[in-house]
Amino acid sequence: MTENIEAIDDENVENITKTANSVQFLSFTLGNEEYGVDILKVQEIRSWEPVSRIPNVPAYEKGVVNLRGSIVPIIDLRERFGLGHVEYSPLTVVVILQANFEDRSCVMGVVVDAVSNVINVDKSTIQNSPDFGARVSTEFINGLTSVDNKMIMLLDVDKLLTLEEIYENEDNPLQAIS
Amino acid sequence: MSIDMAQFHQVFFEESFEGLDTMESGLLDLNTGDVDVDEINMIFRAAHSIKGGSGTFGFTAVSDFTHVMETLLDEMRDGRRLVTQSAVDALLGSVDCLRAMLTAIQDEQAVDTQNVAEHKKVLEVELTRGADSSPVASQESATSEQVSDPVAITAHEANVEGWNISFSPHPNMLKTGNDPVRMFRELAELGELTSTADFLGVPDIHNLEPEECAISWKLHLKGNTAEQDIEEIFSWVEDECDFAIQKIQSTVQSVSPVAETTDSTTTVQPDEQTSKEDKETTAEATKPVASKKPVKDKKETAKPANKSSGSIRVDTTKIDTLINMVGELVITQSMLSLVGEHFEINKLDQLKTGLSQLERHTRELQESVMNIRMLPISFVFSRFPRLVHDLSSKLGKKIELKLVGENTEVDKTVVELLSDPLVHLVRNSLDHGIEMPEDRIAAGKPETGTVILEAYHRGGNIVIEVVDDGKGLNKDKLRAKAIEKGLIDEDAILTDKQTYELIFMPGFSTAEKLTDVSGRGVGMDVVRRNIQSLGGNIEIISELGKGSTISIHLPLTLAILDGQSISVGDERYIVPLGSIIESININEDMVNRIAGKGETFRLRDEFLPIVRMHDIFHVESAKATKLTDGLVVVVEGQGVKCGLFVDDLLGQQQVVIKSLEANYRRVEGISGATILGDGSVALILDIPGLVRLANQ
Amino acid sequence: MTNILAVDDSASMRQMVSFTLKGAGYSVVEAVDGVDALNKAKSEKFDCVVTDVNMPNKDGIALIKDLRTLPDYKFTPLLMLTTESGMDKKQQGKEAGATGWIVKPFNPDQLLKTIKKVIG
Repeated sequence: MTENIEAIDDENVENITKTANSVQFLSFTLGNEEYGVDILKVQEIRSWEPVSRIPNVPAYEKGVVNLRGSIVPIIDLRERFGLGHVEYSPLTVVVILQANFEDRSCVMGVVVDAVSNVINVDKSTIQNSPDFGARVSTEFINGLTSVDNKMIMLLDVDKLLTLEEIYENEDNPLQAIS
Repeated sequence: MSIDMAQFHQVFFEESFEGLDTMESGLLDLNTGDVDVDEINMIFRAAHSIKGGSGTFGFTAVSDFTHVMETLLDEMRDGRRLVTQSAVDALLGSVDCLRAMLTAIQDEQAVDTQNVAEHKKVLEVELTRGADSSPVASQESATSEQVSDPVAITAHEANVEGWNISFSPHPNMLKTGNDPVRMFRELAELGELTSTADFLGVPDIHNLEPEECAISWKLHLKGNTAEQDIEEIFSWVEDECDFAIQKIQSTVQSVSPVAETTDSTTTVQPDEQTSKEDKETTAEATKPVASKKPVKDKKETAKPANKSSGSIRVDTTKIDTLINMVGELVITQSMLSLVGEHFEINKLDQLKTGLSQLERHTRELQESVMNIRMLPISFVFSRFPRLVHDLSSKLGKKIELKLVGENTEVDKTVVELLSDPLVHLVRNSLDHGIEMPEDRIAAGKPETGTVILEAYHRGGNIVIEVVDDGKGLNKDKLRAKAIEKGLIDEDAILTDKQTYELIFMPGFSTAEKLTDVSGRGVGMDVVRRNIQSLGGNIEIISELGKGSTISIHLPLTLAILDGQSISVGDERYIVPLGSIIESININEDMVNRIAGKGETFRLRDEFLPIVRMHDIFHVESAKATKLTDGLVVVVEGQGVKCGLFVDDLLGQQQVVIKSLEANYRRVEGISGATILGDGSVALILDIPGLVRLANQ
Repeated sequence: MTNILAVDDSASMRQMVSFTLKGAGYSVVEAVDGVDALNKAKSEKFDCVVTDVNMPNKDGIALIKDLRTLPDYKFTPLLMLTTESGMDKKQQGKEAGATGWIVKPFNPDQLLKTIKKVIG
């Protein structure tokens, strides 16, 4: 027992507290900017493959693919954030994310330029009130952190994947009457 | 060896409820005057199984109750009793009672003993009524007298030293699988056994029949063994042998007076056997029953919610299909692993074939698994014969119910949610639709009204119709009422269809007075909301004096659909095959353009709107933009007809409908998606949605 | 290993019989009615058959009669599970060639005792 206690040196103690207070993020790039998503929300990373287009939806909703038998929508994050469109190449990456809503969970893919790293972020270093100007609607951003002096915007996956309903599906044949 | 019987209870309950349903529908068929021996046999068997199971699993109250039902049914089966209306009603009542008992036991609630006693009484009255010589009653009293007897026998067998047994099997005894050696082995367990074989009856070698037994035995069993135990060993063969036992008394005289009666050779005579047999089995039957009562253990307290545990009954052919597929999968897998073990580049083709096989099998397997969720609509329909039977007698109407298309399959979730709306609709038909017999006769209709419940597949939907030949809806009345209730303006112009649909408006009820059968204020608006929440819709057509038809259209959320692939530019879509009427080439002469209203074309004597797929879906790569360059597919969905203008028709195939909403959302004009053979996704078109899109 | 065929149209009874016998170390095959049982008995030899009497398609008595015509089952113990307390069914069963019977309701111990009796 005593031996064990002695064996934990200062460095180890520091490591333990670090993991308890830190969160892991997958970071990726869109143009010159760097973003991060909670690693626990990431299901897998795939390369871009052609999608089936969905008619009459916003352009950033690229379409759907077959992911092991499930129909999964693919969202272009550049276009979503208004960062312009780039041609897809075989190197273009799709990050498959899982979001949880109140009563269900859903899976979506987001197209990003490249995946950069898995980073440990100390919770205390996350800044809460980001100011982005007009670039990205702040509703998707959970916070900011910086790694090696580079700012990383941490995305709220649940909010990111909430797509607005684009029409009312209620069709009441009697509405025309009165 | 102790076995926890509770593990079989769930299965027992499930099959008992199923048996009760069988009994109920069988009894309802009997009710219509169709006295069919097979039918009675089926009902009897169901009751019999419940009795056997409940006895074995310790639910004595159930087995006692079922016994009375069984007796009644047995007499009907043997033709000793006529199938009367009152007997059928008594049995139907007891089916309900039994269902309540089983439900209570399953939920570990107290059984309503008073209710049980009442129904039992009804059955017993029925029993005594019909049978002229009432053999049942006498048999029952006889049984109860005999119960104490075997106990008495064992009680005073005190001073026995042993038994002499003579045993001469008849030649054919071996052919029932009874082996004398087995019986001797058992005897030897009771005490020290010595045996002398008598070969006198054995013929010479030329006449010897090896399959016959020609030896007889004299046996001596030492010890204080009960006669009953010895007889039991020989009980299976008492007709196949001559058998006698003689007691060897000890010097100490028995004090018991009864002992004297047994103090002689007991040769079992056939006529004596019958009563003895009864005695034994009654004793056997009552004993475990009594001892089990306190055993009713509380092991299952932790899972009361298990009843609706989302289990599903699956047609065995579906399982067989699955097993076959798994078999193929295993073969492919072993083929692949062989290729992989010593891979050389010239095996590349083999590898490719294997992989594509693997993909196909996996996909098929997935489809079949999804197909397991599909249930026949009979799961919903089956409750209606009883409902109609009960309600029609309550209302004093004569109504015949016809079920059509009961095997139409629909997803489990739809089946579950469909039940309540349908009950409401059928009740409405019975209550408000079908007229009283005298009114029907006065109107020149058959005295008996007809209600048809029909299900069929159509264009990726399941359609369920409730059709009655009753009095139909009165348009003027509907209109007046809607105006009175302020639901429509006085000068509103309504088509017939819109008028009928008034009944689906909240707060609208056509019944002149509320009855306890259907009208309770909540009405058709709730039904419609429920159907719509399932992604379906409901329509009514009616003709005054002739009857009404209510149609429910519901999507088959997980169904497999026969689809027609179409192409528009680079894109492929699936049109439900059932909604396609024809596909034609059209020329400009057939087309009318109305400013602001789009295009129509003339098909025989109809004008149909043209829905240009490339337009409404904004397909830039479309090849055909001029009508003469492509094809028009005439489709119909939920009463809407139109011509879809597409580039080309591709192949037809069965597709598994996948939800677009699971990870995404509903898209107008699209009912779902599917995965094509190459793994890519194709969208399935929703015809009414497309028409709406085109009209926007 | 001793191979037993358990025949009953009631799933709970069938499972109970099968479970009990398997627990005692026998190998058990289940059949849901007489027709099913006969097919299984033809494709595989059983050392003992335990059958319910009242069943759809082919009842236990008809099954026993048919089994006895098969050379493989000439002397095989064939037991009926019966709730009939009267002699009627037993008599019919015997005439068809049944070895013996077990009266329902029975408990696992009674069942095992009887099975041990006929196959030792």
